[in-house]
Amino acid sequence: MQAFHYEKASEVTSAVNSAGTPGVKIIAGGTTLVDLMKLNVERPTGLLDINGLPLDQIEKTPDGGLKIGAMVHNSDLAHNALVKQQYAVLSQALLSGASPQLRNMATTGGNLLQRTRCYYFRDTNYACNKRKPGSGCAAIDGFNRMHAVLGTSEHCIATHPSDMCIAMMALEAVIHLRGQQGERTVPINDFYFVPGTTPQRENVLAPGELITYVTLPPLPSGTRSYYLKRRDRASYEFALASAAVVALLQGGRIERVRIALGGVGTKPWRSVEAEHVLQKQQPDEKHFHAAAEAALRGARPLHDNAFKVELAKRTLVRALKTATSNV
Amino acid sequence: MSDSVIGQPFTRIDGKWKVTGRAKYGVDYYFDRLVYGVGVASTIGNGRVGGIDAAEAEKMPGVLAILHHGNIEHLYHPANQFEDQSRPGESRPPFEDDRVYYYGQFVALVIAETFEQALDAASHVRVDYEAKPPVVRLDRAAQPTGEPQAHQARGDAESGFQQAPVKLDVTYVTPVETHNPMEMHATIAVWDKAKQKYTLYETSQGVVNHRNVASQVLGVPMESVEVISRFIGSGFGCKLFPWPHSWLAAIGSRHLERPVKVSVPRTLMFTTVGHRPTIEQHVRLGATQDGKLLATINEVRQSTSFIDAYLEDCVDPTSMLYSCPNVKGTQREIRMNTGTPTPMRGPGRTPSLFALESAMDELAVKLNLDPIDVRLRNYADKDEGSGKPWSSKRLREAYQMGAERFGWKRRNPKVGSMRKGDEILGWGMATMTWPGHRQEAEVHVRLLADGTARASCATQDIGTGTYTIFAEVVSDRTGIPVDKIQVVLGDTSLPPGPTSGGSFTTATVIPAIYQASDKAVNAVLKAAAKYQGFSGADPKSLKMTQGRVHPQDKPPSSGVPFQEILQSQNLVGLDGKVKTGPTDEMKKYSIHSFGAHFCEVAWDPEILRLRVSRWLSVVDGGRMMNAKTARNQILGAVVMGIGMGMLEETVYDTRTGHPINNNFADYMVAVNADVPELECIFLDYPDPVLNEYGARGIGEIGLTGCASALTMATYHATGVRIRELPIRIEKLMAGSVKEEN
Repeated sequence: MQAFHYEKASEVTSAVNSAGTPGVKIIAGGTTLVDLMKLNVERPTGLLDINGLPLDQIEKTPDGGLKIGAMVHNSDLAHNALVKQQYAVLSQALLSGASPQLRNMATTGGNLLQRTRCYYFRDTNYACNKRKPGSGCAAIDGFNRMHAVLGTSEHCIATHPSDMCIAMMALEAVIHLRGQQGERTVPINDFYFVPGTTPQRENVLAPGELITYVTLPPLPSGTRSYYLKRRDRASYEFALASAAVVALLQGGRIERVRIALGGVGTKPWRSVEAEHVLQKQQPDEKHFHAAAEAALRGARPLHDNAFKVELAKRTLVRALKTATSNV
Repeated sequence: MSDSVIGQPFTRIDGKWKVTGRAKYGVDYYFDRLVYGVGVASTIGNGRVGGIDAAEAEKMPGVLAILHHGNIEHLYHPANQFEDQSRPGESRPPFEDDRVYYYGQFVALVIAETFEQALDAASHVRVDYEAKPPVVRLDRAAQPTGEPQAHQARGDAESGFQQAPVKLDVTYVTPVETHNPMEMHATIAVWDKAKQKYTLYETSQGVVNHRNVASQVLGVPMESVEVISRFIGSGFGCKLFPWPHSWLAAIGSRHLERPVKVSVPRTLMFTTVGHRPTIEQHVRLGATQDGKLLATINEVRQSTSFIDAYLEDCVDPTSMLYSCPNVKGTQREIRMNTGTPTPMRGPGRTPSLFALESAMDELAVKLNLDPIDVRLRNYADKDEGSGKPWSSKRLREAYQMGAERFGWKRRNPKVGSMRKGDEILGWGMATMTWPGHRQEAEVHVRLLADGTARASCATQDIGTGTYTIFAEVVSDRTGIPVDKIQVVLGDTSLPPGPTSGGSFTTATVIPAIYQASDKAVNAVLKAAAKYQGFSGADPKSLKMTQGRVHPQDKPPSSGVPFQEILQSQNLVGLDGKVKTGPTDEMKKYSIHSFGAHFCEVAWDPEILRLRVSRWLSVVDGGRMMNAKTARNQILGAVVMGIGMGMLEETVYDTRTGHPINNNFADYMVAVNADVPELECIFLDYPDPVLNEYGARGIGEIGLTGCASALTMATYHATGVRIRELPIRIEKLMAGSVKEEN
């Protein structure tokens, strides 16, 4: 850990101006950043603390959706009545992540930018293209039980660890950004990059750009949702595989479905392929299995993580069953 | 024995100090001019340090010294004499030469005015290595030749096995596990130049042992080292013997003539302070068609470091647990590029019983017998290993009571046959065992003129309740209430006491506390003979009850509080100091605790989810000294056992030898959500041989058998037999896919 200067931002415009300074990192809950600073993985020269920004509200939008401030803490979002009622998948995903103490600190904006738990990214003694572009990937031939099977490249196989983002993928969240050039919105599906040859570039954020809000579009009435997370122990562990399902049935058929997978992708993994398989079909075992096959078709398992392919399929099938059952 | 405090569920007397922050742990001490040492640890698993460039780090703010093999002052190899309480964790003095034996070995120490300065400077010390490929897997290591390090034999096991009509031939593997007590290792060393004396503030399971080893490594007389460890945030074995950081703090303090604190970070808790070695047990059982054992063979290979021999004896239980005419056990150590292993809760017996008890279940399945029945058919009425009778063994009752409470007769042995809702249930059980020991201890008890008592001994309370046991025994013998008894432990300036390990602390200290208390009471009775109320009375005609001295034939209310007698003679207090040790009577018996675990798992095959849903432990552990702390030991061990069975494994990167999951997020132990309500029953039969109360000590036994009960329940639910711990999703998946084909 090296010395750094520290500044508190109290309003968005000045925060955006300060955030553009080279070497400066924005700190919100700090649950990832402080960790990585202790490991010398992140070595910012300055921290801009945005905890004072007035971005901590959850409001209904005129169209019936939800506007979530970037500084809303994970616990507040998970326990919000509207979220529990209309976006249950999001509440479930949040509550399956980390621990209550961490959720009390972690923020909505911060979680969208959560960094990978890859052992080799977190240890500066190893090669890592994400941490040090061009140095290689120690994980590909290393211990890679927790690593991704979807969206990987020969340069990086690090898993995106978030639970919240998986639910937001299935809810087709829209991310609101503010930079020195002004405001823009990015659908979450376009927000993340797969690693390709540039694993150090994880998302579309420009230098100094700040996440201000996330909006969730309204869901058609009768929509149901569910998040299922599989891991070795029952709490305080990242997903080995997880599935978020948002589904609407009409006349015994699947009218609309959104599917995202966690723990298996280099980014929060939306599976349009699985959605296509289910479109207008009966919600039955046969179609669920076909959807799961479609979702994992492109999987590239490695030495220690081959089981994730099958685990993800089973997790998705169960999530589909639960989300579409008549309970 | 009075009808008093022994066995009562007393809340531990140190509990209030701990929850209010008054208990001072090793790193809580502060000294004027205290400075901080931060280690630089090797990032290769095998090889040499080519060069150390500390030039940049030395110039950094606050840096006082950078020690390494090129400049460290002389340290000695300690003699390794466990019986004399002189055993190191790692025998190589730090920085002895340029060799690197394992990843995470200290290669330099930076000392600076502040912790932050030392940490920053440590990251600027440049170390060049000449690296060789490390060996961190048993199957890739050079196989040892020559005599095994442990050996058990009776009858002719090989022909017994060959001729047996029923044979089982299987191999079980337990991975490296790491203790990970909540409180990490740390030392504050204070060198007093005038007195030429080191005081080491430690977190130690054995202050006397630590002092003895320190005096050898540092090359100073015994009295030139004092070790203090008043409170310990648990140890599970990794604080039994001292590790290199302690010597680094001491040598740093002497070098700078300032107090030096060296803390071991969590990452190095996985490398340089011990671990349970990985162990492979090749078990062969030969039996008759009705399940009577004809031969028991266990051939064991285990890892140790290239620095030290370390035996985790898994073959002793092979010989003693069951009745069997032909037994063979051999065990060999295999060198790997890890730090030196060290005992971890239930050493030897915990991995041993995973293999032996799993094999007994596999035999039961093979013969279509009930697993308890198979055990009863081979019940050992004496220790057939040593030929001695048991001092006390109620294992049969433990099986029976457990079976009844758990509802065992409702168990349908067919795999996958029991259901609850959408889940499949699996039931398992296993035997537990741990030997009873007693060692030397000296205890000082002083009855004071203010009506209180003080008991002291250089043993320590590692969180198990030793403070409270001391107070209970003094209270039982003197009638002074527990809350008026001060107990002082964890300081080598006190009368020498035992290491807190092997579950022998309680059994060891009881006789000394008991007899010292009686001696102090006798001193009071002698003084009472001069007291005006009893003037001229024969002390033998007096007794002390409820803290009051009175004639034998009259009630306590007729007498006077003992403090009045002391006050009347201007005495600050009267003493009893007694040293006790093992007795000849003990040698005539095989002294062991026993018990049985029963557990249930719930299996959701579609999503491959296995959860522990019920647990019962029945323990035949001698007489319980405190129902509350005793229960706490067993429940804690079962939580650890769930971790061992389902989660724990230190994973090494085979290229570097680096324990890759070296933190609390990635090295998994059970969390509350993994643990169902746990039930624990003590049979509470006193062991007549071991000490005045018949207490045996129960720190270890709860962990033995847990993993085999779990894998047996897992087999019952899933049809998958896990022989290599931990049980993991991918193993259940591979097994269940095989079953389906």
